[in-house]
Amino acid sequence: MAIIVVEVMLKPEILDPQGVAVGAALPRLGFTFAKSVRQGKRFEIEIEGTPTAAQMADIEKAAATLLANPVIETYVVTVQA
Amino acid sequence: MALDTVAIATANPDTTQPFAELGLKGDEYARIKEILGRRPTSSELAMYSVMWSEHCSYKSSKVHLKQFGDKAVKSDALLVGIGENAGVVDVGQGYAVTFKVESHNHPSFIEPYQGAATGVGGIVRDILTMGARPIAVMDPLRFGPADAADTRRVLPGVIAGVGGYGNCLGLPNIGGEVVFDETYLGNPLVNALCVGVMKHSDIKLAKAAGAGNLVVLYGAKTGGDGIGGVSVLASETFVATGPAKRPAVQVGDPFVEKVLIECSLEIFAEDLVVGIQDLGGAGLSCATSELASGGSGGMKVELDRVPLRDATLSPEEILMSESQERMCAIVEPSKIDRFLEICKKWDVTVTVIGEVTDGDRLEITWHGELIVDVPPRTVAHEGPVYSRPFAEPAYIARVNAEVINPVIPQTAQEIKDAILMMAATPNLADKSWVTNQYDRYVQGNTVQSQPDDSGMVRIDEKSHLGVAVATDANANWSYLNPYEGAKLALAEAARNIATAGAIPLAVTNCLNFGSPEDLGVMWQFAETVRGLADGCLEMGLPVTGGNVSFYNQTGDVAILPTPVIGVLGVIDDVRTRTPMSFDRAGLELYLIGASDENLSGSEWAYLQGLRGGQAPTADLQREMRLIELLVKGRTDQIFTAAHDLSQGGLTATLTEMVLRHNIGAAITLENTGMNLLVETPGRVLVAIEPAKAAALKAAAGDIPLTYLGTTGGDALIVNDVEIPLSQLRTAHTSTFQKLFG
Amino acid sequence: MKVGVITFPGTLDDRDALRAASVAGTTAISLWHDDADLKGVDAVILPGGFSYGDYLRCGAISRFAPVMKKVIDAANGGMPLLGICNGFQVLCEAHLLPGALTRNKDLHFLCRDQKLVIENNSTAWTSDYTQGQEIVIPLKNGEGSFQCDDQTLAKLEGEGRIVARYVGENPNGSRNLIAGITNERGNIVGLMPHPEHAIETLTGPSTDGLGFFTSVLKAMVK
Repeated sequence: MAIIVVEVMLKPEILDPQGVAVGAALPRLGFTFAKSVRQGKRFEIEIEGTPTAAQMADIEKAAATLLANPVIETYVVTVQA
Repeated sequence: MALDTVAIATANPDTTQPFAELGLKGDEYARIKEILGRRPTSSELAMYSVMWSEHCSYKSSKVHLKQFGDKAVKSDALLVGIGENAGVVDVGQGYAVTFKVESHNHPSFIEPYQGAATGVGGIVRDILTMGARPIAVMDPLRFGPADAADTRRVLPGVIAGVGGYGNCLGLPNIGGEVVFDETYLGNPLVNALCVGVMKHSDIKLAKAAGAGNLVVLYGAKTGGDGIGGVSVLASETFVATGPAKRPAVQVGDPFVEKVLIECSLEIFAEDLVVGIQDLGGAGLSCATSELASGGSGGMKVELDRVPLRDATLSPEEILMSESQERMCAIVEPSKIDRFLEICKKWDVTVTVIGEVTDGDRLEITWHGELIVDVPPRTVAHEGPVYSRPFAEPAYIARVNAEVINPVIPQTAQEIKDAILMMAATPNLADKSWVTNQYDRYVQGNTVQSQPDDSGMVRIDEKSHLGVAVATDANANWSYLNPYEGAKLALAEAARNIATAGAIPLAVTNCLNFGSPEDLGVMWQFAETVRGLADGCLEMGLPVTGGNVSFYNQTGDVAILPTPVIGVLGVIDDVRTRTPMSFDRAGLELYLIGASDENLSGSEWAYLQGLRGGQAPTADLQREMRLIELLVKGRTDQIFTAAHDLSQGGLTATLTEMVLRHNIGAAITLENTGMNLLVETPGRVLVAIEPAKAAALKAAAGDIPLTYLGTTGGDALIVNDVEIPLSQLRTAHTSTFQKLFG
Repeated sequence: MKVGVITFPGTLDDRDALRAASVAGTTAISLWHDDADLKGVDAVILPGGFSYGDYLRCGAISRFAPVMKKVIDAANGGMPLLGICNGFQVLCEAHLLPGALTRNKDLHFLCRDQKLVIENNSTAWTSDYTQGQEIVIPLKNGEGSFQCDDQTLAKLEGEGRIVARYVGENPNGSRNLIAGITNERGNIVGLMPHPEHAIETLTGPSTDGLGFFTSVLKAMVK
């Protein structure tokens, strides 16, 4: 069994008001470490066994057409054991 | 943990059971054993504990609430009275309207967004369960001081939750209240109201009739949400220094509920259910016992058939779960296929979990083992009934003897400052920051919404028949005199219906109080219910149902008694309604009703820290004559605009009227300071065409009329005080933005 | 002249769009997301709401509905197609229109009577307005901020494909105050505000919204 992780973030040039709000809330709580914060999504997809090349290609397609909106988002696919 | 079955319970009578942790008292536990003739199984114990909690059983309030039935005026308009999920009123043209207000106070303090969201979800399901399409929501809200840190935590979350859930359901928010007072710090009040409409023939009731009919659970899957919410959360006070009670807060999904609504309405339209109940507080325990009680008396349920989100849940947990967006229907076998088809169309999870029997027991099995075998009425309707002791608290004599002496503005500058201060004070300031987060347009039938005196919705697009709803409460007056306070709130809500020219028809209520174990609080409650019942009888308005929320207190300190009264009215043609404000110059302004000089309980006195004095004495005969005049003002087309006076008195009413369409007014006023600030009940400000003056005087009869001045210009002028509308607007609209950004 | 209004699970303003289409003089037909059947309509409206609860992204799941295949084919063949609010979001997710709608800048759901200026009255849905006409119709959403890259923006502006722009303060952070856009052909329009809620003064701020629904009558006659 493997977990495929797809992480989706807004493209850097797209305004991320939720990230901005989180970034503004941190110092209010006394946390001063952050220069900036951006918020994204993480999908964990469970599959049987280890992923085949064909499956990885399908996952790429799914990421590009459903999990992320390429107009405003980028994504990264990683395989966890 | 091994399964605790009826057989095991019978064989092991002396097993120790955690009844106290589940909120049951020793005598209640003993009574359960008496009813069953043995100790309860752990599942039965779970059921009794949630169903006999204060929130579900109304054990402290029942003896008082029966006055609503005893003193009820005979009304042909009342199609379904107290006892069902919501009351139903005939509004003419074959339409029936159902409405109810409920509380979700404690969860909203713990998790503001979800507490408020699920509060909306719950009341909407109550309306749906009557067979109606929900058509609008309202939210009377009360918070601690506007500038308190915890208010900044709670308020935005509550507003976002009300909006987030209601907007996603496609229900217009047509009104509500936002009130700030120290008394609610730590105990915010989140009351939610829903209105639904249907044809007479559509009315559904919560009864399981017909042996062999199927018990069908549909909607969301069951998880561990809110387990023990009603028993643990709503029936206990918060401990001031203790950790927050988690995680008994439910999480809602409005999309699932929207789909549930559409699916249910299609099911209703094809007449596929014999009875139906929504799963709210106490979840399946409530639905099964209430449906069984309402019908022939017997039901068999296979609990293991309940679809689960979390496979690790025990039978006790499943019975106590308060997972949202679930309904339970009784369906004849010949109709089940079609029922399942409609659920499939909407992708709604649906499972047959049992059947109606011709016995008189509710029997629940878990993988074939009998774990519940109870007489359902003992669970749902024959819970403990307390006659809690009550006694007039010492504070009553003390505060009523106080003679308050608030500073009254005298000079022109003082008057100007007072008007601007009142326009900006949080309780009276413009609430657009809140209401702009709510959809008021969806369904395309909203005729009035905030900041109008009442919410008004058209229910027939051809005849333009409509209904109006208003909610009001005055905790300051209820604190001084709970009996009069209840009557005054009733009169205010009815008056708010009548200003637009609608006719009040029925009443709902949400009674928010401290601990019923406190003799003084219980006295406040008893007096409030007595006042409301007497008032409804005198005004000829039936109470159709409502909600009691006790235990709104932190430690020893209870909230001010806060009975929220909702009134529903009908208007034959919404196009003829009297608007709240004027949109042109040259109209004449009249104050209808007599004013006195009693500032007790007023916003002005509150702002000066003065909470004592004597509440006004309600004069419901006078209020009813005023209501008649207001309706006549519409039907005879005398009024161009009408707006009632309440918190903030005349200055608040004038401010709201001139800013609505940006048309000023020039008035002269004697005893200016007092007359701008006093909150004498039974008064309305109207604008009329000069040509209607004679008609107004004739219609008013001996109701006092005071000519104040005329509309026009770009300022509010009171005697020699002139305030440009732009300045007034800035004062009125900046407050919420500054406070909550 | 038949106008189809599609209902997805979670759609909210379908009945209002049907009403507006009827009032405008067209025959309004209800279409179901799961039926790949346009029932012979001459134009389609994707109404507002929270289809699929706005799960994943607004409109991201609806765009794959069986009916959408037919909608896309018909629209590519010139059929007038209007996406209102959530409908606009579906059109962008389906790549029938460029750009995307994102969370309102100040993170609040906003319902207000919004002044717009009509900048392109040659689309199938705006021909009953005059160029530069200002109208007031309700805006109500939480994810109405129109975003696209600079290239797309230059193209939209350069080709006059901004259909409507917000007048005054930017209510949600949309680039260039964009409230609505059209495709190259002018038959597909996406609009964030809700014209179906401005068709009678009894329940809306004006009757300014009716023009969208009457315009399409002319488009269908052509």
